[in-house]
Amino acid sequence: MVLARALDERCLSLQRQGRIGFYVPLEGQEAAQVGCALALDPKDWIFPAYRELGVALARGVTLPELLDQFIGNSGDRLKGRQMPNHYGYRAQNFVVASSPLGTQIPQAVGAALAARRRGDPIVTVAFFGDGSTSTNDFHAGLNFAGVFRSPTIFFCQNNQWAISMPRSRQTMSATLAEKADAYGFRGVVVDGTDLGQVYRTVTEARTRALAGDGPTLIEAQVYRFGPHSTSDDPKRYRSDPEVAEWRRRDPLLRTKEHLMTAGDWTEAKDTALWTEVRGRIAEAWKAAEATSPLPPTSFLDDVFSTPTPQLENQRRELDDLLARKVIHE
Amino acid sequence: MTELTLVQAVNRGLAEAMRQDPDVLLLGEDIGTNGGVFRATEGLQKEFGAERVIDTPLSECGIVGTAIGMALYGLKPVAEIQFLDFIYPAFDQIVSELSKFRYRSGGQYPCHVVVRAPYGGGIRGGLYHSQSTEAFFCHTAGLKVVIPSTPADAKGLLLTAIHDEDPVMFLEPKRIYRSITGEVPDGDYRIPFGKARVAREGTDLTLVAYGAMMVPTLAAAERLAQDGLQAEVLDLRTLVPLDEATLLASVEKTGRLVIVHEAARTAGFGAEIAAIVAEKALYSLKAPIVRVTGYDTPFPYALEHLYLPSEERIVEAARGVGRTG
Repeated sequence: MVLARALDERCLSLQRQGRIGFYVPLEGQEAAQVGCALALDPKDWIFPAYRELGVALARGVTLPELLDQFIGNSGDRLKGRQMPNHYGYRAQNFVVASSPLGTQIPQAVGAALAARRRGDPIVTVAFFGDGSTSTNDFHAGLNFAGVFRSPTIFFCQNNQWAISMPRSRQTMSATLAEKADAYGFRGVVVDGTDLGQVYRTVTEARTRALAGDGPTLIEAQVYRFGPHSTSDDPKRYRSDPEVAEWRRRDPLLRTKEHLMTAGDWTEAKDTALWTEVRGRIAEAWKAAEATSPLPPTSFLDDVFSTPTPQLENQRRELDDLLARKVIHE
Repeated sequence: MTELTLVQAVNRGLAEAMRQDPDVLLLGEDIGTNGGVFRATEGLQKEFGAERVIDTPLSECGIVGTAIGMALYGLKPVAEIQFLDFIYPAFDQIVSELSKFRYRSGGQYPCHVVVRAPYGGGIRGGLYHSQSTEAFFCHTAGLKVVIPSTPADAKGLLLTAIHDEDPVMFLEPKRIYRSITGEVPDGDYRIPFGKARVAREGTDLTLVAYGAMMVPTLAAAERLAQDGLQAEVLDLRTLVPLDEATLLASVEKTGRLVIVHEAARTAGFGAEIAAIVAEKALYSLKAPIVRVTGYDTPFPYALEHLYLPSEERIVEAARGVGRTG
């Protein structure tokens, strides 16, 4: 959680300096994400949206993997194909994210059905926000999950705002979790700022899914402290007192206080952790920035398993333009 | 060899693939108990079970989204969309997701789904059971677009599609689902993508078509032969990947080109064919390229026989081209 928060801070500052093109912050959602990820098995499949930094880190996605993706350099596992935050890493069963909202929800159902067909004892988890509960894909995905009783967890981080639209503008339902009733399975509301509560809820949902008791919709109530993305100015649509009120429930503070009360965590240890984490990020950033750019025609790869003659021709055109220095790398 | 209709050949292709590979499964609306509204999946649920021939809720978005998830996990789903006209709820899943998974993940997540959909007019289906919107999918990088026109091709191209590693839009010309029959090889055989079929050899002009339009196009070629014009007729079979070599070789030989498709003219696939010939074989042309297509209207119900390219319209266009130059 500290690593996610510290990386978030660093990336916002890197974006302001123009060193990465774009960034989607997660600040405020760390406990929900990390609590959920820790309750899963590494073999479970994650279908993220684009705000799941805490999940990625908890799954073992490394700082170099993330920072190379944010830059889009030759170390980027995704070969510079996507904006920052839209990443995916097969080794960590973290499926590659996209920008359209909710599309990953029926996909998570399909993967869960495939795993069940193969006899693999895993669950799939679809991550999405409050806004996505209004999409076609949310309805289609949850409806299919109900009909086929797929071993899927729908993990909705209700961060109260879909860019400028408040939660109240998405639905008249009293909660998002109660939408599960209509699909014939269980919906649960949890305090997404409470790490332990999230962990226990996801653990239970996972156990039920594997036992054949069907999917669960979990609404983790959180708050997006920062902007929707670096292109957004939240002061246009929400008030400072509202943000301040939620900041009192900052999941990092809550977790720290809990650890100091219940365990042997101290301010000194906390400060040391922050120092260590910031050092690791600075080091990883230095390496990422020094990594070479992508080969110029690599954007023509991976459209198909083998390129069509048309793509081969287009590659020759581009090679020729580069060779004759009509255009430059 | 067995004499089959086109829709029976589709059925045999699906059955063959499912017998070979337990990872192949089907999902769609009314495909199980009912065997599909066109009976393309008739008998398959009985043979392979409800776990592999899956009747789904009525949601194209759900069908394709679920199929994508299955494919990411390693299965080989074949999704049926009941009519191409109803594919739009799944358009986001196809255009934003299916076509881009391999690319956007840097090759980590190939996503091999075959989407089957009957398409095209001539069955008194009106606006929403007749359209020929293949160009949308050809314009989306990452999708292969396949349109068979004979029973043998339907099975052989479908088997290639199911064993391919990329997403395939497999568009079935429903107008000729039952109106034509042909000898279909038994067992497994594959017709490669990107190889057009020379359906008729000729020297005087080239007629290019695909799908259901092959029927009036071949009939037109016979009529033209009575006038002494020998038309070469190409069946493209796959629009993506496109067999440019066969197209260009034919036009270089004949110097005249008529393109036939039932889709609306503006930005239809004929425009792409015309542009390729203009770019690469302009100096072989003895006459302007002509397109015989549907009109730039929504698909009409009562007057569909006037909307659709007919043997007469193709003959008329070919005679005009044949006289020029």
